[in-house]
Amino acid sequence: MIRPGYLRKVGVSGRGLVVALPYLWLLLFFVVPFVIVLKISFSDVDLAIPPYKPLIEWIGKNSLAIKVNFNNYAFLFTDPLYIHAFLNSIKVAFISTLLCLIIGYPMAYGIARSTASTRNVLLLLVVLPFWTSLLLRVYAWIGLLKANGVINNVLISLGVIHEPLTMLYTPFAMYVGIVYSYLPFLILPLYANLEKMDWQLLEAAEDLGCRPWQAFYKITLPLSRNGILAGSMLVFIPAVGEFVIPALLGGPNALMIGRVLWDEFFSNRAWPVASAVAILLLILLVPFMMWYQSVQARESAGAR
Amino acid sequence: MSNSAEPVKSTPWSDPTARPYVQIERVTKSFGDFKAVDEVSLKIYQGEIFCLLGASGCGKTTLLRMLGGFETPSSGRILIDGEDMTGVPPYERPVNMMFQSYALFPHMTVEQNVAFGLKQDRVPRTEIAERVATMLGLVKLGGFGKRKPHQLSGGQKQRVALARSLVKRPKLLLLDEPLGALDKKLREHTQFELIGLQDKLGVTFLVVTHDQEEAMTLASRIGVMDHGEIVQAGTPLEIYEFPSSKFVADFVGTVNIFEGKLIEDEPEHVRIGSDELGGTIFISHGISAAPEAIVWAAIRPEKIFMSTAPPPGTDNVVRGAVQDIAYLGDLSIYLVKLPTGKVVRVTQPNTSRHAEAITWEQQVYLSWDSSSPVVVTR
Repeated sequence: MIRPGYLRKVGVSGRGLVVALPYLWLLLFFVVPFVIVLKISFSDVDLAIPPYKPLIEWIGKNSLAIKVNFNNYAFLFTDPLYIHAFLNSIKVAFISTLLCLIIGYPMAYGIARSTASTRNVLLLLVVLPFWTSLLLRVYAWIGLLKANGVINNVLISLGVIHEPLTMLYTPFAMYVGIVYSYLPFLILPLYANLEKMDWQLLEAAEDLGCRPWQAFYKITLPLSRNGILAGSMLVFIPAVGEFVIPALLGGPNALMIGRVLWDEFFSNRAWPVASAVAILLLILLVPFMMWYQSVQARESAGAR
Repeated sequence: MSNSAEPVKSTPWSDPTARPYVQIERVTKSFGDFKAVDEVSLKIYQGEIFCLLGASGCGKTTLLRMLGGFETPSSGRILIDGEDMTGVPPYERPVNMMFQSYALFPHMTVEQNVAFGLKQDRVPRTEIAERVATMLGLVKLGGFGKRKPHQLSGGQKQRVALARSLVKRPKLLLLDEPLGALDKKLREHTQFELIGLQDKLGVTFLVVTHDQEEAMTLASRIGVMDHGEIVQAGTPLEIYEFPSSKFVADFVGTVNIFEGKLIEDEPEHVRIGSDELGGTIFISHGISAAPEAIVWAAIRPEKIFMSTAPPPGTDNVVRGAVQDIAYLGDLSIYLVKLPTGKVVRVTQPNTSRHAEAITWEQQVYLSWDSSSPVVVTR
């Protein structure tokens, strides 16, 4: 038993505990694994378990050798496969974000402008897919898109097409999967932003001579900028490293960095290279995450 | 209570040949079963400040929004400068609106806000800069052009909103509770500025307000609205001194209303017997009402004299006991309870600093001039 007042005496306050817990969590489950991965990325491959050489070694009696190996990183830049995979991941993530924006903006706008009761139903529909696992939903898309799948069967029976379309294992299927899966992440922050919008501003703009689309372009769009950025980052950042969807729907040609990472790690057992890929991916995404953070900070400051 | 701040220069509404600038013809707006605006007809003339006065929910804002083009009339039509506005969208009307919330664009500076409408009309850039600067000078915001709306006080925002709606030189400016968000001192000050500005620019103002003092100060004419209808339209003086109904008498200013029956109905005078008063009211002019009809006599608190000694004459005199006193500095409000139980409100200016004070529970005589009561039949 801890005597009352003891914790305070040693300088532990209730507030301190509340703040410390999540930090402790992050330290244990993010910082420590990250340091391990960082360490592996600088070591040599070895045919052992685990499949890499230790970074720090005792040589002789009293001397410690730290062997830092940059070859893994150098390797990533010499083999065009990796650069290609990185660039392709960014391209796929960018196009997916754009598609999500084109589809999600009107949806978020529609939800924000609907009446309170309809709004709740529409929001529920947006988050409804989260009630089943991502993997199941992606598998369901296989059933929809495959050669004798639902879409092809319907189109053939309607006489629109005579031969089944090849959709599964194409970039098209991959984009469908990514856009479908990440759309709620774009809609929700954008909706939260648009919901705060003072719609009278649009009337004011029309009063001053704007047609409705001009009012949208000059008022709504700039005012929802933070929502657009926040939603886009929430799609773009995870989409760059996405593995499951390209692997299941994208077919063999979908060269995504997440896929490369998987292959290096499990197929080639090249843990150091895989770790280097992971670290590089993280470095690549840090600017976007920082941007997202600053947008979030601005958004909450503006709300006050 | 003050009447119109400036003498009314002309009265186009009493000239049958004058062409109204705005014509509202039997306009009705229904939301489902609810009639927000019910068969309203109104003529507003160039250079007027017309105030729509009414409690919240009386339909005044809906009427204003129909003029702005933000609501479509369910029936009837609106003509502005002789042109039918049916189906004309807000961005094509020769009208600008100042919104109650001001609706300033938060992502633009003061200058950009004011310039917005001019840019939309593709006015040359140099002219925009010139007109924006002039306008900001006019509303005394010369040094504030580069600020964002959130850096302004309520009064400053109000001025930006005004500048933004005036810079396009509309013929008709619609103002929705323009001073509602300002504190009392600032509101009074701004009222006079608004009148000055209106005079200088020659714009017709249509103001919506629930504040009768604001309406009295600003308006050349007031339209009192209730349940979607205009119950009376006239100059502030007409509305205050010659209310056409109990509702108007009660809504504009405060009033004592005595229910009674016509007991003498002559062309030159009438006499009303009122149980509520416990006596008769003699009125020195004839009225038009059915004999034996229930009528109401409305007497303004400042038109009732109070004395400790009995006034001469027997007409229009009652006794009562002072029940409550509110000392407001410039005047005092007395609540006097009559033997019938009716409480009469009397205001007296405090003209002397050392007046012999009438105090609580004191017996007083209340009297009024025979021209003071207004008789209304509804």
